[in-house]
Amino acid sequence: MPQHPLRENPSHLHLAVALDGAGWHPAAWREHDARPDELFTARYWADLVAEAERGLLDFVTFEDSLSLQSAHPFEPDERTDQVRGRLDAVLTAARVAPLTHRIGLVPTAVVTHTEPFHLSKAIATLDHVSNGRAGIRVKVSGRADEAAHFGRRQAPRLGAEDFDSASGQAVLQELFGEAEEYVEVLRRLWDSWEDDAEIRDVATGRFIDRAKLHYIDFEGSRFSVRGPSITPRPPQGQPVVAALAHRDEPYRLIGRSADLGFVTPRDTGHARQIVSEIREAQAAAGRADETVHVFGDLVVFLDEDPGAAAECKARLDRKAGATHTSDAGVFTGTPAELADLLQEWQQAGLSGFRLRPGALPYDLEQITRGLVPELQRRGIFRASYEASTLRGLLGLPRPANRYAAAAAAALV
Amino acid sequence: MSKPVKQIHLAAHFPGVNNTTVWSDPAAGSHIDFSSFVHLAQTAERAKFDFLFLAEGLRLREQNGEIYDLDVVGRPDTFTVLAALAAVTDRLGLAGTINSTFNEPYEVARQFASLDHLSAGRAAWNVVTSWDAFTGENFRRGGFLAQEDRYQRARQFLTAAWELFDSWRGDEIVADKENGVFLRDPNPGRFDHHVSEFDISGRFDVPRSPQGRPVIFQAGDSEAGREFAASAADAIFTRHGTLEAGRAFYADVKGRLSRYGRSHDELKILPGVTFVLGDTDADAQEKAQLIRRQQVSGQTAIRRLEQVWNRDLSAYDPDGRLPEVDPLVGEHTVARGWASVRMHRDPVAVAAEWRALAEAGNLSIRELVIETTGRQTFVGTPDQVAEKLNEFVQTDAADGFILAPHLTPGGLDEFADTVVPLLQERGVFRSEYEGETLRDHLGLAPVRRAAVAS
Ligand SMILES: Cc1cc2nc3c(=O)[nH]c(=O)nc-3n(C[C@H](O)[C@H](O)[C@H](O)COP(=O)(O)O)c2cc1C
Repeated sequence: MPQHPLRENPSHLHLAVALDGAGWHPAAWREHDARPDELFTARYWADLVAEAERGLLDFVTFEDSLSLQSAHPFEPDERTDQVRGRLDAVLTAARVAPLTHRIGLVPTAVVTHTEPFHLSKAIATLDHVSNGRAGIRVKVSGRADEAAHFGRRQAPRLGAEDFDSASGQAVLQELFGEAEEYVEVLRRLWDSWEDDAEIRDVATGRFIDRAKLHYIDFEGSRFSVRGPSITPRPPQGQPVVAALAHRDEPYRLIGRSADLGFVTPRDTGHARQIVSEIREAQAAAGRADETVHVFGDLVVFLDEDPGAAAECKARLDRKAGATHTSDAGVFTGTPAELADLLQEWQQAGLSGFRLRPGALPYDLEQITRGLVPELQRRGIFRASYEASTLRGLLGLPRPANRYAAAAAAALV
Repeated sequence: MSKPVKQIHLAAHFPGVNNTTVWSDPAAGSHIDFSSFVHLAQTAERAKFDFLFLAEGLRLREQNGEIYDLDVVGRPDTFTVLAALAAVTDRLGLAGTINSTFNEPYEVARQFASLDHLSAGRAAWNVVTSWDAFTGENFRRGGFLAQEDRYQRARQFLTAAWELFDSWRGDEIVADKENGVFLRDPNPGRFDHHVSEFDISGRFDVPRSPQGRPVIFQAGDSEAGREFAASAADAIFTRHGTLEAGRAFYADVKGRLSRYGRSHDELKILPGVTFVLGDTDADAQEKAQLIRRQQVSGQTAIRRLEQVWNRDLSAYDPDGRLPEVDPLVGEHTVARGWASVRMHRDPVAVAAEWRALAEAGNLSIRELVIETTGRQTFVGTPDQVAEKLNEFVQTDAADGFILAPHLTPGGLDEFADTVVPLLQERGVFRSEYEGETLRDHLGLAPVRRAAVAS
């Protein structure tokens, strides 16, 4: 039996911040307080996450991909006026873990070209080094240039406009189907050790009870993995699995496999529609009684002075030579105005938000020092961390081990 | 002219998943809790060690068709632990064992380049080549290789990774806010690599790291392994822990360097060694004997014997005589997942040798296994051990040591407190870190970008 979900204040919303480079605006690195020459140092990331933790946020995410950033969604570019280059997100999260204590750490990983065995133990280990604060955002890659970095498979050259064609649909189904199998392998490997498998029984000389280690024997349509993991079950049992979704296939992935979805609604009605699509997929997968969070993603430019945030964004747009738009909505305004919007969207069924600061550290500090106190005044955000694990902060129970449960059932 | 006095290099091996590690001791702690890693790393850094070392195996070991349960089982992910340790140490090198068979160059290169950035120049990569189908079952690629192909893949893997590391020169990022120039070069990270194992091209996405690339270790002993090390490694992690074997190995691999246009100092020889300290020599010997009996229980002795014999020997009495029957030659089926099992290249000869030893010393199975596999490398008072370590280094049996304590995580404490100061007094080990990076600690020159492909 899974433990009963932690009691949550239903009016509270959850808040995460998405960290990427100098911020989400392509010209953010040119702001006076930006630190573009420190993007590849540990201190830069440690400072940002410490700020997010001071603001009592649920977690931070770290963007990642297996290619250089590009202004083009599917190909590399040769621009010299934007941030290029990145550090591995899992390693960055691990690097800041010992320097923080309560905030969740959710790196991004591409599943299309990587090994679930490696990623499973990496996230289990992130959970061990952070004492239960790890999550993982899985991401598919349909880019031809990323495929060429690995040289193991061909990726079709597709544009966003192709996704509604039959061949585009087939590609999406293939990528997200594979992602679903991948997440299944992550989860089975996390459960492949029961919590009490390590016994250190001096009398019999046995370090483990091998009956509590399990082969996962995953046989999917695309690959097979034997197990068990080389890493014992992580403190949370199952670290939090998240995915970003803009349309049907990924909504189904969230409903079937994830604990948390990031979605990009245009307005309240759209948010409601997305949430219901995810809930349907969840129910169809037999997960109706599980908590699956749906967070709204927003790019935010914030300032206490009315109009100043919009001015800031306009200034950045001028520097960039183009109006910044995004897959997610772009908000400019005061923290109080943002709080209004979040409350409105919360009514549509979103349980939290992942805010993408337009510029770092400025908009992050506006979130932690402006938005958070505003939400606290309204009684819809925590006044202190109420749990020591990420699952705890998200009101997710620590799940029973699927293999232990199966073994127990077999005994009855 | 007398030879200049060599400086000793020291590293801490996080206790492994083999019977060297005594988990049954009341003082033995977790192999998974981060606090154990912090303890060992901070002890090593307090003692001014060159680096901390993590081994890796990608499938839990099995014997007689079951997961092996007599030794420590389980370990964390190498990259993740090293990145976390970078947060709680300042100078200590961080060396990880990463397999070149079950990984791809783009991903591993970005992980090591990231680790090197996040540790400000302290990353090292022990390139290992385990290839078996048994391990391959954990990977979607399968991807296991014929034994003879694994060093070819390792060589190609490393060459590809070097091309990726070198694809950024290090001066591309200008981050000029005023003029809006982030990059001076529109096309950094370009690579194009087409060989039998890797057909890859594109743009590498991690800018050049502080060391340019991680320090490269090799651990393997075959002819191909030695040649690989001589051509490409900065250091070798060896098993040759006696003075004679050490000198022979040292001369052999250093002798290979000139063929690759490399000088004697460009490859460090670091045997993995164990130690036991006592107030007197007798005290240390007694402790060592006790530890050996903890490391080699009767059950463990039988299992170790099976690893050579490649047969189920569970019916044998560990306190009795060695089997008359010869080892089964051919594919190893009894024990799977041990690098050391593959070291017994001629099991019949090993068995003959062990029988002769047992005969001569009137040894039981357990006593024999203790004798052949359980002897600690250095046993004595701190002064004796310091003297011996120094002798190994000054007489070219080694350039330093990777110390494997038998206790987790406190097994290095006494060494740090007693032996290290004696080495410092002798002027053969640093009292303070002199450089910032692991290459600095090891006395390796900064990496130059590889010449354009020849
Ligand atoms: C001292 C030493 C340590 C090793 N550590 C590892 C290890 O941690 N993980 C691993 O997969 N292989 C390890 N190996 C195995 C080697 O990488 C290699 O696969 C094996 O020794 C066979 O190579 P060879 O034929 O060149 O000896 C180690 C070998 C030696 C000698």
